[in-house]
Amino acid sequence: MKSLLNAQHIQLTIKRLANQILENHIDPAQTVLIGIQPRGIFLSDRIAREISAEKGDAVFPYGKLDITFYRDDLRNELHVPNKTDILFSIEGKKVILIDDVLYTGRTIRAALDALMDFGRPQKVELMVLIDRRYSRELPIQPDYTGKSIDSIVTQKVKVLWKERDGNDEVVLMD
Amino acid sequence: MALSTRHLLGIKDLTPADISLLLDTAKQFKEVLQRPIKKVPSLRDVTIVNLFYENSTRTRISFELAEKRLSADTINFSASGSSVSKGETLLDTVNNILSMKVDMVVMRHSASGAPHFLAKHIPASIINAGDGINEHPTQALLDAFSIIEKFGTLNGTRVAIIGDIMHSRVAQSNIYLLTKMGAEVVVCGPPTLIPKYIDQAFNVRVEYNLTKALEWCDVANVLRIQLERQNQVLFSSLREYSLVYGINKRILDSLEKKITIMHPGPINRGVELDSDVADSDQSIILQQVENGVAVRMAVLYLLAGDRNSS
Repeated sequence: MKSLLNAQHIQLTIKRLANQILENHIDPAQTVLIGIQPRGIFLSDRIAREISAEKGDAVFPYGKLDITFYRDDLRNELHVPNKTDILFSIEGKKVILIDDVLYTGRTIRAALDALMDFGRPQKVELMVLIDRRYSRELPIQPDYTGKSIDSIVTQKVKVLWKERDGNDEVVLMD
Repeated sequence: MALSTRHLLGIKDLTPADISLLLDTAKQFKEVLQRPIKKVPSLRDVTIVNLFYENSTRTRISFELAEKRLSADTINFSASGSSVSKGETLLDTVNNILSMKVDMVVMRHSASGAPHFLAKHIPASIINAGDGINEHPTQALLDAFSIIEKFGTLNGTRVAIIGDIMHSRVAQSNIYLLTKMGAEVVVCGPPTLIPKYIDQAFNVRVEYNLTKALEWCDVANVLRIQLERQNQVLFSSLREYSLVYGINKRILDSLEKKITIMHPGPINRGVELDSDVADSDQSIILQQVENGVAVRMAVLYLLAGDRNSS
């Protein structure tokens, strides 16, 4: 097991990612943040908190999206759904999808399908903490990346969060 | 996580963990049903036949809607107007349908145990949509879902089931479910409509006095008098039944607290429930119907998934 990012790195990375959003999205009325359940929401919670600390009241609407019912592997493995919580319209908005790890791209494919059932966004961007390069099975790339890593199929990348796992860390497991 | 069974034949076979999983999943489907597009692609490659050997409005529409909202392909079959009238047996009918590559069967039948018989002989998943006087599991699940929505929990909630307990599959499924999940249950009705040893067979109390049952409970689940299943005289007249066991506004107003009224439908207005009770703000009858779709989506979703491993 190899540590890729420690707590301090993660904190700095989240600050940078939040600032990149603020740099590209000036008008808070036009942009919304959506975290992907179950593990993307820890990152999106932090990003939302970082942005509100930076900008005060002018923050982006923030929701959570569960993609279980849109997965393409229901036949292989049954997943228990989590809560979807999008209390605003995404019609005509710029949506920033947030997840912890981008690997095959299949989760994001499902998230895009799910998102379209809520309306027609003007634009969708993708933010991930870890991008496992060269492992994509679909043509999907992130717009904001915390860290890119090279890994092989047999390895696993796990992002640990203080809120759930006790400490902040990203590890690569063989 | 998965259910411990590949059929839903009755609440009897479910564990408390199964029931919790079904109800939690239903909660997420209820959210789906409030979206602008009330449809998800989960069961795009699943074909379901709705096999109805007995009349039904709510249950059939509810299952059909649940299937469509999950993007499944559906076939509707009702016994009247089919080859059943030419003498084809249940097993032959179902095997013929299954040979056209159907994955799941939703079945209602007037004979108790019909879905259990099918489950032994065919490879598809079977969902019991009501069998005779045995069980109606999805009704019990949606009743439980509606109680949780109202009271937050089943544990410790006091539920009175009132009416024709003897002939009611809704009552039996409800008793299994509620007692498994820690609710307190009283059954109430005329002695001729309550099975004699029910308080020994199940963890329930029997109460013959309607007012006492209503004073005790948080929720009254009122059953329909099923004249079609009674083949002997069990009470003298509907009028007499309604005088002693009918719930009207006057009784409700005389109670100390506002209790919640449920009914599985169809209502015999003026018999077990007066119109001013059925349409009052204490009644959650239409919410039950609404929740039925979400609950049935959860049942279909959880039984359709994971088919490779079973």
